[in-house]
Amino acid sequence: MNERVYRSKREKVSFLINLSELMVIAVLIFLLLVSFIISLSAGGKWLSLAELSSVAAGLANAEMNLVVFELRLPRIIVAMLAGASLSVAGSILQGIIRNPLASPDIIGISGGGSLAAIAYITLLSGKASIHFLPIAAFCGAGLISLLIYMLAWKKGISPVRLILIGIGISAITGALTMLMITLSPNASASQAYIWMTGSIYGSSWVNVLSLLPWSLVFIPLAFMYSRHLRLQELGDDVAAALGSSVQQQRAVLLVISVALAGSSVAVAGAVGFVGLIGPHLARKLTGASNGSLMVSSALTGSLIVLLADTLARTVFLPKDIPVGVFTAAVGAPFFIYLLFRNRNN
Amino acid sequence: MTMLKTRALTLSYGQSPIINELDLKIPSQKITVFVGRNGCGKSTLLRAISRLLKPDGGAVLLDGKAISKWSTKEVAQQLAILPQAPLAPEGLTVKDLVRQGRYPHQSLLSQWTKEDERLVNKALADTGMSELAERTVDSLSGGQRQRAWIAMILAQNTNILLLDEPTTYLDMAHQVEILDLLYELNLRDRCTIVMVLHDLNLACRYAHHIVALADQTVVAEGAPEKVMTLSTVEAVFDMKCELLRDPIFGTPLFLPYGKGRHLSHSMSGS
Repeated sequence: MNERVYRSKREKVSFLINLSELMVIAVLIFLLLVSFIISLSAGGKWLSLAELSSVAAGLANAEMNLVVFELRLPRIIVAMLAGASLSVAGSILQGIIRNPLASPDIIGISGGGSLAAIAYITLLSGKASIHFLPIAAFCGAGLISLLIYMLAWKKGISPVRLILIGIGISAITGALTMLMITLSPNASASQAYIWMTGSIYGSSWVNVLSLLPWSLVFIPLAFMYSRHLRLQELGDDVAAALGSSVQQQRAVLLVISVALAGSSVAVAGAVGFVGLIGPHLARKLTGASNGSLMVSSALTGSLIVLLADTLARTVFLPKDIPVGVFTAAVGAPFFIYLLFRNRNN
Repeated sequence: MTMLKTRALTLSYGQSPIINELDLKIPSQKITVFVGRNGCGKSTLLRAISRLLKPDGGAVLLDGKAISKWSTKEVAQQLAILPQAPLAPEGLTVKDLVRQGRYPHQSLLSQWTKEDERLVNKALADTGMSELAERTVDSLSGGQRQRAWIAMILAQNTNILLLDEPTTYLDMAHQVEILDLLYELNLRDRCTIVMVLHDLNLACRYAHHIVALADQTVVAEGAPEKVMTLSTVEAVFDMKCELLRDPIFGTPLFLPYGKGRHLSHSMSGS
């Protein structure tokens, strides 16, 4: 058996640890580390490992320090955090809705963020500082999610109502967003398009700091709540029969998902596909909903966005392409490969 | 021993009343079976007894205390219910399904005690699923799948087991297999079993106590051989039938009249 049990004396603490899942997580962490180093060295000016270590040791010149610490590192961290957040948000939604097609972009959370952000860009362009854009996007994501929750409520939230209402609201926010873009001047239209594709161009430490607290609080919370999510996948009746407070736990799980997706959309824009494909990859690698799924989702999401952004800012140098263009390009082939490999099981 | 009963229980489905002011006592350590026509409210009653459905009036009492007053986790430590035709997510293994039965006994930090491990293994062994523990639930046959779900509620380690039509979608051999399993569990562990069954004859065979529901209330309850008379059954199911004795078990056996091919001569005839 590839399982190990941890039990403290008197069994106050006891866990079952799946070694193969742990192994997958270790491999993902290793891949993330490698991607991190590659991403740090890649760019307009390629840095060798020796140069990177001199920067790390504090021996490099000011220009190199600027490139690494001010330009690349914050952007890399934002990419990783945004990817992890979207992916964990997606795996929670897929668990709640019991449908592998659920993701923050499909049920309207990202749509709410986009609508608020585009409204901010087109209606207030020039009048208000662009620094408040993330706040507008986050509020938009939160308000739209609340609206979806209230509309879906009927003696509790049923997964089917949640996804149907979510898709409906998502369509409405999409239409309103498009309307605003078409009516707006060209300059703000192109800015809006870039935002909607998802871009982390010019991410700074301020962006890192505005995203980090959300990830640090809500990803561990998602990990802690994963055992309730796992139960909900058996259906509401079975979960309730086993003593779970289904609606209360569902509400908490949705808040976690919205906080993660909202904060990520606020900082990185509506990066598509990660919330869908990240959890899928993780599920193929570590199995159905459990604690490891949350960790592996966070890692696959990080990996996808980090690799996508590294490509986005290096392949078409000196052009910097929005990361959202590349997330699908990176995630989809690997996902198809996994499906292909598992087709006989 | 945990006592389960209802007091003036009133249930409805949307606007239409289903059960009206029912006082029902479930005999402890016995097998009780609810029978009745489709839509008579037998499943609804079972759901209400298991607190999955909120009553419109009255209460379900668990050890004399209204079930709604217990925390849902406390209820789950005393009473397990297997809903009708549950669906397992794709790729879930039998072992992982059965482990979920330990949920009401676990907490954030205590997720796999020796007791958890022992009871999961016992539930798998009791249902004959140990060999299939690593298989995914969706790869099993109907009968095996139902045994896996029963293993899950056994892992919950409760005195009371409620099952909503545990034999639905199963062929005759698997129906008997599942009911035999439940019968043996009752015999060995003295657990209280309450279930809804469609097949009246199997109900008469396995039930110590049968509860016939019609017109929003209980029309007959007791040992099947005492209460399941021809007139009762004809009234409950609104169907003309013949009452025989089950040649194997001696329990009541009801044969319905109807259309169908009618062989005028005996079957052994030319």
